[in-house]
Amino acid sequence: MNVPANLKYAKSHEWARLEADGTVTVGITDHAQEALGDIVFVEPPEIGRKLTSGAECAVVESVKAASDIYAPVSGEVVAANQAAVDSPESVNQDAYGVWLFKVKPADSAKCAAELATLLDAAAYAEVAKNE
Amino acid sequence: MGKHTPLYDMHRRAGAKLTDFAGWDMPIHYGSQIEEHRQVRTNAGMFDVSHMLGIELTGPDVLPYLSHLLANDVARLTQAGKALYSCLLDEDGGVIDDLIVYFFSALHYRIVVNAGTAAKDLAWIERQAADFDIAITPRHDLAMIAVQGPQARERVWQAYPGTRAVSESLKPFFAAFDGDWLIARTGYTGEDGFELAVPASQAADVWAQLLAAGVAPCGLGCRDTLRLEAGMNLYGQDMDESVTPLESGLAWTVALSGERDFIGKAALLKQAPRRQLIGLMLLERGVLRSHQKVHTAHGDGEITSGSFSPTLEQGIALARLPAAVAAGDVVEVDIRGKEHPARVVKPPFVRNGKILVSI
Repeated sequence: MNVPANLKYAKSHEWARLEADGTVTVGITDHAQEALGDIVFVEPPEIGRKLTSGAECAVVESVKAASDIYAPVSGEVVAANQAAVDSPESVNQDAYGVWLFKVKPADSAKCAAELATLLDAAAYAEVAKNE
Repeated sequence: MGKHTPLYDMHRRAGAKLTDFAGWDMPIHYGSQIEEHRQVRTNAGMFDVSHMLGIELTGPDVLPYLSHLLANDVARLTQAGKALYSCLLDEDGGVIDDLIVYFFSALHYRIVVNAGTAAKDLAWIERQAADFDIAITPRHDLAMIAVQGPQARERVWQAYPGTRAVSESLKPFFAAFDGDWLIARTGYTGEDGFELAVPASQAADVWAQLLAAGVAPCGLGCRDTLRLEAGMNLYGQDMDESVTPLESGLAWTVALSGERDFIGKAALLKQAPRRQLIGLMLLERGVLRSHQKVHTAHGDGEITSGSFSPTLEQGIALARLPAAVAAGDVVEVDIRGKEHPARVVKPPFVRNGKILVSI
């Protein structure tokens, strides 16, 4: 199973990466894309939308099913990946390269606390294995 | 654990992703549902459909029995090997199942019914047989493999050159026996091909031979998107006992005219259908799903089967809408609480590799 060590993970199968500029990049895990099968539709949150960690904010649909994406951290959406929207299948090919959206937290201390509640790679691998 | 077809081990070995389908552990795909879909549209793919049940009907009364039992008219079948699609209706005109009936002789027909309804169907057809001199024999000893695609027949002949003699001249919707095999030019994908009914003991070998001839194993996932593109109903989703065939896009399969009486006929004649089953194409990017609500100028309806069409690269659906809605209308589909416009179209969307609808 492909679970990069440098990312944080939500039990709901999103990955999050804190960038040097303080924003957080979000995508879905390789396990999630594998479980979904051929992805044909990606709807990231609108830019400017304020997200609350744990709340639904985006949708990824495969031929088989629609899957809600939950915000791993709180903050304002500052970017949505048009490449994922235009070529949804690219998420299947590279789940950690093809991110979905970027969040700018209002409060970096709160963001650090939220990131700390997410799983590390080993813990997530365990969750995914047991599904 | 669910029931296993004779091909279960072959599926496991090929790395199939398995799912429960009507109590059976069946392959949903072997890697990519979309690739398998394209394989069938452009070349040849095969499906294990051994979970479906063949039932032999034999005896002197088999024609009057089937004329009473089925909404379509089996008397239309006069050439040996000819097949017919029909609904099995209850007294209210509700759809118990849809099936294919093969005519072999005045004393011998075979029907093939859906897996999820097989037990219910058997109980029903046995109950209806009380006044007829017939024998009903379920063929649990058969395996069924659907080989579908523009190259499907060639691949079968390549794997089994001996079958060419009996099957090359078969027109669509005809079948012929070759020893203990039944080779039928039928399917559920909108493409040419054969459905092979063979003894279960031979199934794994047949699968392996077809694989060696270049036929791609395909799962139920792409079987669903192929049949949806082809505008074919799925029992339990597009119709069931709560609707009639006239509300399900199946009026063409109901032989209402003439003297013949059949179960459900009186109910169907009683009132004009107020709903219809028709196609939708989403006018924006996205995927349509069953049970999404549809708002029209003539009232609300609901999607019964929806997906993403790999051929059209667009969301498509079958929907049950008010009868006054017409092809060409634009309706609104409620997707996660937002309205999205869709065009009403007459199915099929795709047949024989060609797109038949346009936005």
